Amino acid sequence: MMAWLRSPRRRKTVPTDPFVPVRSTEPRPPVQAPVMVMPRENPEKVRLRAERRLKVTAACFVFGFALVGVKMGAISASEAREPVTGGLSGASIVSARADITDREGRVLATNVMATALYAQPHLMVDSDAAAEGLARIFPDMEAETWKRRFKSGSKFFWLKGNISPEQQQAVFDLGEPGLLFGQREMRVYPNGPIGAHVLGGAQYGAQDVRAAEIKGIAGIEAVFNDFLSDPVHEGAPLRLSLDLSVQTTVERVLDSGMRLMGAKGAAAILMDVHTGEIVSMASLPDFDPNDRPRVAVSGDQADSPLFNRAVQGVYELGSTFKIFTVAQSLDLGLTNAGTMIDTQGPLRFGRHRIRDFHNYGPRLSVTDVIVKSSNVGTARMAIEIGGARQKAFLGSLGFFEPTPVELTEAPGARPIVPARWTEISTMTISYGHGLSASPLHLATAYASLLNGGTRVTPTLLARQGGTPPGPRVVSARVSAEARHMLRQVVTRGTASLAEVEGYQLGGKTGTADKPSPTGGYFDDKTITTFSGVFPSQDPRYVIIVTLDEPQVEAAGEDRRTAGWTAVPIAAEIVRRAAPLLGMRPDFRAEVDTFGAYLTQANARP
Amino acid sequence: MRSLVYALCIAAVVGLAFWAYGEGYETRATEREVAQLEREIGARHQELSMLRAEWAYLNRPDRLHALAEMNFERLGLMPLAPDHFALADQVAYPPPQIVLPIRPRVNAEVLEQEIDGIVVMNHVFGADAEPRMIAPPTLADDGEQLP
Repeated sequence: MMAWLRSPRRRKTVPTDPFVPVRSTEPRPPVQAPVMVMPRENPEKVRLRAERRLKVTAACFVFGFALVGVKMGAISASEAREPVTGGLSGASIVSARADITDREGRVLATNVMATALYAQPHLMVDSDAAAEGLARIFPDMEAETWKRRFKSGSKFFWLKGNISPEQQQAVFDLGEPGLLFGQREMRVYPNGPIGAHVLGGAQYGAQDVRAAEIKGIAGIEAVFNDFLSDPVHEGAPLRLSLDLSVQTTVERVLDSGMRLMGAKGAAAILMDVHTGEIVSMASLPDFDPNDRPRVAVSGDQADSPLFNRAVQGVYELGSTFKIFTVAQSLDLGLTNAGTMIDTQGPLRFGRHRIRDFHNYGPRLSVTDVIVKSSNVGTARMAIEIGGARQKAFLGSLGFFEPTPVELTEAPGARPIVPARWTEISTMTISYGHGLSASPLHLATAYASLLNGGTRVTPTLLARQGGTPPGPRVVSARVSAEARHMLRQVVTRGTASLAEVEGYQLGGKTGTADKPSPTGGYFDDKTITTFSGVFPSQDPRYVIIVTLDEPQVEAAGEDRRTAGWTAVPIAAEIVRRAAPLLGMRPDFRAEVDTFGAYLTQANARP
Repeated sequence: MRSLVYALCIAAVVGLAFWAYGEGYETRATEREVAQLEREIGARHQELSMLRAEWAYLNRPDRLHALAEMNFERLGLMPLAPDHFALADQVAYPPPQIVLPIRPRVNAEVLEQEIDGIVVMNHVFGADAEPRMIAPPTLADDGEQLP
């Protein structure tokens, strides 16, 4: 049985019986499994899924391209710069506020590191001892007050904005952990009060333990506050038109002159005739911008040392205005330098009487009207000109709007002009009464009139390169004639003390009675002004000196006129400042002839 | 052959990784160095501005004026005036050299006698005025002249 089982050999099948089915030797193909036909999905669903997938893909692409686009935009919009390593505090930005220098690059304002002291009472070991120690170091701190404050529960107090290294060491020695120091910058004006009114001053704005913001509060510091604290300029200094040595000389001479003349205030301006750059601007009394006094809350602001007489002081400037009337008359062709003018006085007009200081006889030439300073003659010339034309001419010299100089005080100093320009106004304004303006207005007008006749704009910034001449005010010839007349005021007129050998100073004096606050004028208080130009034949600088209430004993009399007070000071300023400005004196006699004036006028464009 | 390529590739990868890490470390070290230098530059700038402020303070016109006055005897400085300008023609030629004859040395005793005869004068008038000495400028502890 086992053998039968073990022999599964297939028998060879032989077709024997045709009715017996023959088995195939070929293996049967495997039975195909029935194909599972997936049920058809809902086509709507499929479509939605495809749409979703497409949307996701599109979103990916949009996102990617947007990223690239944004980056490209950022690259094209940003400044091309070297990549900065580390992102550390830049070495290029030195201080938060740029320096201010004079025209030669000498420092007028800069920053130094300072230490501030603050207290955190909750860190203190012994607050009473700390308060007593502080009171010992700083005499102005009261121990009792600070003991109370340290116990009040507050966690922070500013104690001192700026302490010296010695004081810092003394506070260290107290050994109190609750007294801490903060580093900050401090604005320093190394020259003290020199140029104080121009610079103004600065104070701390927002302050923090680590740093403090410095803000300009007056003068050029306030006007250029944004410029000075803008890091874009990378610490480039602001260059002013002032010259430190000239400014020092002017202030020194003006100060001694003011005390000699017994005046209560003084102002001086030295301006470049062609560019309008103010080389020196002084106002006395002055102050130290490192320790700027507080604004006076009572009394007259005009007596405060903060008051800038050269810009804010609006005064009747007296006979210095006569040259404007004469120049306009010459320019209009109404007169020439030799025309005789009726100076018979007094000139009556309504209830007003115009008279001269002395009686100069029946008639004077136009030149002599200026040289002798005749009110009557000038008033007669002004009537010829007429009010409308006079007003337009003074307007073209800038007498009706505040000066555009870069000081915070300037826009407030609006000249005082009569509300109605009547005929009597025309007459009085022709010799400088009835219209009040600042010395800076006068300097601008003199520079415009005498530089060949083109308008200048006063500025305190050093001009880069040449400046195009402004609109024409008078012709070059009239300008030369006006200078020649002003020169004769010095050589044979009211300003004889202004003769400076070698510099041909020419100018006009002006004495005006001070208006009293109760109305009318003081008898014994004057404002004296000298406004001049030098050298007269080839003008380079205009000088204005104004004194407030001067009084000097000279030649046996009490003198209050400009010829005895402002003129000698102006002459001394020119004598000292002109060599500092690099001007060579010219002692030749022929430079003072009228021919020299005309050739110089023509040589200039 | 194939294993050799594999080995070379692995070696190259290791080498490149080593190099890349080395570069990375070097870059970081350089960055630190640059940062250090930048800090130093910043500190130097700070110092420079401080020194500039100090220079401006020491050269303030008031102080220079006071110093010029204190040292007037030695320096003789005057304010600049118009008559200080001159023409080149006004400058004199150097004078011809004068050769002095060599004098015999004075006997010391004779000199002593001559000096004895010299009377010390002072500029204050009056018979019983104290002899006055013009004080030299005062010096601060560090030798600087203080105005």
